[in-house]
Amino acid sequence: MILVFCELQNGKIRKASLEALSEARRLAGEARVGALFVGASCAGAEDAAKFGADLILKAEAPVLGAYSSDLFATVVADAVKARGASVLLGAATPMGKDLLPRVAAKLGAGYAAEVTGLSMHGNKLQALRPVYAAKAFATVDFSSEVQIASTRPNVFAVTECSKAGTAEALPAPTADFKAIVKEILAKSGGKQDLTEAEVIVSGGRGMKEGANFQLLEDLAEAIGGVVGASRAAVDAGWGIPHNMQVGQTGKVVSPTLYIACGISGAIQHVAGMSGSKVIVAINKDPEAPIFKLANYGIVGDLFEVVPELTKAAKALGITK
Amino acid sequence: MKILVALKQVPDTETKIKVGAEGRSLDPADVKWITSPYDEYALEEGLRLKESKGAEVTAVSVGPEKAKDVLRNALALGADAAVLLKSNETGDPLAVAKTLAIFAEGKGFDLLLFGNKGFGADNGAVGAMVAELLGLAQANLVTKLELEEGRFRAEREGDGGTEVVEGSLPAVITAQRGLNEPRYAGLKGIMAAKKKTIEELEGTAVAATLTVSALTLPPTRPEGRKLDGDAAAQASALLGLLRDEAKVL
Ligand SMILES: Cc1cc2nc3c(=O)[nH]c(=O)nc-3n(C[C@H](O)[C@H](O)[C@H](O)COP(=O)(O)OP(=O)(O)OC[C@H]3O[C@@H](n4cnc5c(N)ncnc54)[C@H](O)[C@@H]3O)c2cc1C
Ligand SMILES: Nc1ncnc2c1ncn2[C@@H]1O[C@H](COP(=O)(O)O)[C@@H](O)[C@H]1O
Repeated sequence: MILVFCELQNGKIRKASLEALSEARRLAGEARVGALFVGASCAGAEDAAKFGADLILKAEAPVLGAYSSDLFATVVADAVKARGASVLLGAATPMGKDLLPRVAAKLGAGYAAEVTGLSMHGNKLQALRPVYAAKAFATVDFSSEVQIASTRPNVFAVTECSKAGTAEALPAPTADFKAIVKEILAKSGGKQDLTEAEVIVSGGRGMKEGANFQLLEDLAEAIGGVVGASRAAVDAGWGIPHNMQVGQTGKVVSPTLYIACGISGAIQHVAGMSGSKVIVAINKDPEAPIFKLANYGIVGDLFEVVPELTKAAKALGITK
Repeated sequence: MKILVALKQVPDTETKIKVGAEGRSLDPADVKWITSPYDEYALEEGLRLKESKGAEVTAVSVGPEKAKDVLRNALALGADAAVLLKSNETGDPLAVAKTLAIFAEGKGFDLLLFGNKGFGADNGAVGAMVAELLGLAQANLVTKLELEEGRFRAEREGDGGTEVVEGSLPAVITAQRGLNEPRYAGLKGIMAAKKKTIEELEGTAVAATLTVSALTLPPTRPEGRKLDGDAAAQASALLGLLRDEAKVL
């Protein structure tokens, strides 16, 4: 059996979790797939049946309303053991990346992070994962009994596949926690995390000042994306927070569309975005290295091109 | 207070990646080795706590003989002790975590500092694994850390924005950029480090749970297309291509 740790957001299963679930269904073949939910309320979990879950496991308890690495790891590891699952998948979201290695250590299981490909050979899992900031790919073979992988968002397809999906409640956790999320300070305002975004519009030093990022916000809104930044923009003191930074010391993103505006394409920036499906570069310097990577390049002044893009996108009524 | 900082030696982040002859690992020729960038924030945080609260900072690395360079550097920056756990990297984060946990067990560390991710392997896993193996609290991707009376309060880059994680000590904290500004080693530190010894221990042999069977280079992206015309023409051409050719809008 393959278990998938799934996350809910506003009563809906996150897209990144649906990707992991769809991939689990594909890998499992005739074997069973279980979707595992943990929280104060797991309303919305039933939808997992539409994406291939034979079993929907819900660990619901008030104490699970706030995230605790150690308590969640106990709940998830207990479920893996109780169901005798041989594979555990989860999306490489901030929570997944925090939780799954801990579960792996608890179970003595191999853990492959942020995989972009998976296959089963008999009962052994093989994974493909980017290494050296996506400058190379490693094929990894598991030798442990339980095998755990986190899937990089926007890489695996979401596929509908209706199953009966019987729901079962898991026992409430009895253990106490050692650390817990107490509060959320700077809320990202309902905006999607960059690592999960399908469309990203990023600005670099070429934006000249922080206020000009409004141009990118406008374009992002018109095409259904979120705004990112290069380190030069974050470090410039323009009030751009570090959680918007894409690159080696920022976020590694994998959108279907990445639009780089006024970004030269330094190797450390590329490390964070080379996994994008389609890359667009807008830069006034035709020699900028970003053009080597871009599927579509516009040599021009971003202050002219970006507003035109926003205007045209609105006119065409393009939104994701 | 006793602090452990885990430092990994990694190829310089600008290294041009070449695959070795066996097809499974990086060709080490011409590689310049450095301390993994996030580990520098971890070490800096340990050194700042030493200065502000009084602490003994031990730097530890799992790796071959040459990994002593990162330990020597840690001593030059102000670490009190350095330990090399000799072992060859297998590409399995759990094996590294077990080696570190076996070393740390019972030594009374109040705080274990890690980078959030080691450049190269890019697992982002070893810190959390050590926390689990030792039964400790953890906070990952930390940008601000406060300690008081057996507890910690950490600000971390979480899902909904900046999250505050509170927990008990001893704990594992993994550093994110923003936590601090790492210092450089001065001549005095470098000279002093030459007199300090790096303890060498055989890393405990632990069975790997996964192995790298192939390392490959990504397919090169085909040269893209530059769009002509004035800004308005470029904009409308681009949107058309994104919608109809690339099908991403
Ligand atoms: C260890 C390390 C880690 C790093 N990590 C990261 C990281 O995570 N992320 C990251 O981004 N960087 C990172 N960097 C920094 C990186 O090396 C570059 O310095 C940075 O990415 C440059 O940002 P930029 O492209 O915005 O600025 P620049 O390189 O200055 O490029 C600005 C570009 O804007 C163009 N431009 C200017 N005006 C206009 C205009 N009006 N219209 C159109 N184009 C215009 C210019 O032609 C130029 O190409 C790291 C560096 C190191 C050493
Ligand atoms: N071989 C190693 N020796 C010492 N510390 C390590 C080693 N590998 C990983 N670490 C620590 O664990 C962190 C996360 O590494 P990783 O999980 O491999 O991305 C690193 O930033 C280091 O602090």
